Amino acid sequence: MQVEEKKEFRPKIVAFCCNWCSYAGADLAGSSRLVYPADVKIIRVPCSCRVNPMFILRAFERGADGVILCGCHPGDCHYTTGNFYARRRMTLLFSMLDFIGVENGRTRVEWVSAAEGAKFSATMNEFVEKIRSLGENVRLGDLRCRN
Amino acid sequence: MQELIKRAKELLADGTAARVLGWRRGDLPYNPEPAFFEKEEDFDQFVYDGFCGANLSKMMIEACKLEGKTAVCLKPCDTYSFNQLLKEHRVDREKAYIIGVGCRGKLDIEKIRAQGVKGIQGVSGAEIDGPDELQVQTIYGDKTVPYASAMLGRCHVCKGKEHMICDEIIGESRETQDADRFDEVRAIEAMSPEERFAYFKKELSKCIRCNACRNACPACSCRKCVFDSNKFDSAQKANVDSFEEKMFHVIRAFHVAGRCTDCGECSRVCPQGIPLHLFNRKFIKDIDELYGEFQAGKDPEAKSPLTDYRFEDAEPGIVGKRG
Repeated sequence: MQVEEKKEFRPKIVAFCCNWCSYAGADLAGSSRLVYPADVKIIRVPCSCRVNPMFILRAFERGADGVILCGCHPGDCHYTTGNFYARRRMTLLFSMLDFIGVENGRTRVEWVSAAEGAKFSATMNEFVEKIRSLGENVRLGDLRCRN
Repeated sequence: MQELIKRAKELLADGTAARVLGWRRGDLPYNPEPAFFEKEEDFDQFVYDGFCGANLSKMMIEACKLEGKTAVCLKPCDTYSFNQLLKEHRVDREKAYIIGVGCRGKLDIEKIRAQGVKGIQGVSGAEIDGPDELQVQTIYGDKTVPYASAMLGRCHVCKGKEHMICDEIIGESRETQDADRFDEVRAIEAMSPEERFAYFKKELSKCIRCNACRNACPACSCRKCVFDSNKFDSAQKANVDSFEEKMFHVIRAFHVAGRCTDCGECSRVCPQGIPLHLFNRKFIKDIDELYGEFQAGKDPEAKSPLTDYRFEDAEPGIVGKRG
């Protein structure tokens, strides 16, 4: 007899965090003992502007269910203007993903400063909840990357 | 066409240009191909008619590396692409002599076939100053097709009859716009996400990854292309998964976002008839709505929207709110 194990859906979430604000914000969330789900995998980037739209697509291809980009607040970029460019790029990319029929809400951009540990944890909790409600990413995944 | 040939021969003879970039007769009566003309006798093959849809701007990148000036025939919409390449320092204005050629809309043989005309052996009336009706010779006899009904999709949203940049103009141009540029994009936006997903899956699954769209695109002018890298999964091979086509086409369109002049070459050259211009046009529509109207290649001084910013730009979350 086989016992069917009921597995809870655990989303895979990639968070690109800029080195100067959001990564420090995540650090603060940790040292302040604020909780956010372990489903969030953080990738540290020098600046939100470093995130090429291909990174986002690649993350989805490799099985991510949601991708979130965090950077310094507009005007506070360590490199002065990086996040302004990132903002335009991401707006266009998200609009295109919406256009080809990918569920809205799988992608998100949030500005988190180094002092906003609480915002970081709240954002991640909220985002994970959203992805849980959307379910597994089937529209953007690559079949070969499924196990 | 005779006037154009005469002038091109003159330019070669008086040393203004070392070669002329134009179109020569192809294997079939309706597929002329781009070609260089260096000697007077070469011009026996020269052709310029309604089927000369190819945008010669991109070939100027290579032509500018050759010795001497190149005289190039550009249609009004091609001059936008040339302007854009000039802005990106990919072509050399000193090495180009631009002959602005007249245009009254370019033809698509598939549009003629779609009207039930089979076994085409020849088409007459496709000349630049020809009549409003095409005479199509087929193995089943002659057929008549209205010129406007056989035009390429891009000519129905013509950008205008003005040449943005040229040294001289030969022949009359006519504006052929009879539809709104963003109608097709709006129609897709009005669908539900499921329908949109199904639509693009249907269209993009036809893709055979021949890279014709990339090779023809005047904005795709990188010396080294990401799709030629063997480190990249979707490089130069058939698709194994449906996501790859989407990834390829979204990236291709993103790489030219803000620089695409909407010349429509991608859709014209696609052997599978995928409406690739929809991706580019969606980006143009978004840019126009969010960052102000912008036509790449119109103003050589204007900053491209993706290399510019304003403090009060919309946040990416606007995508979800607009619906």
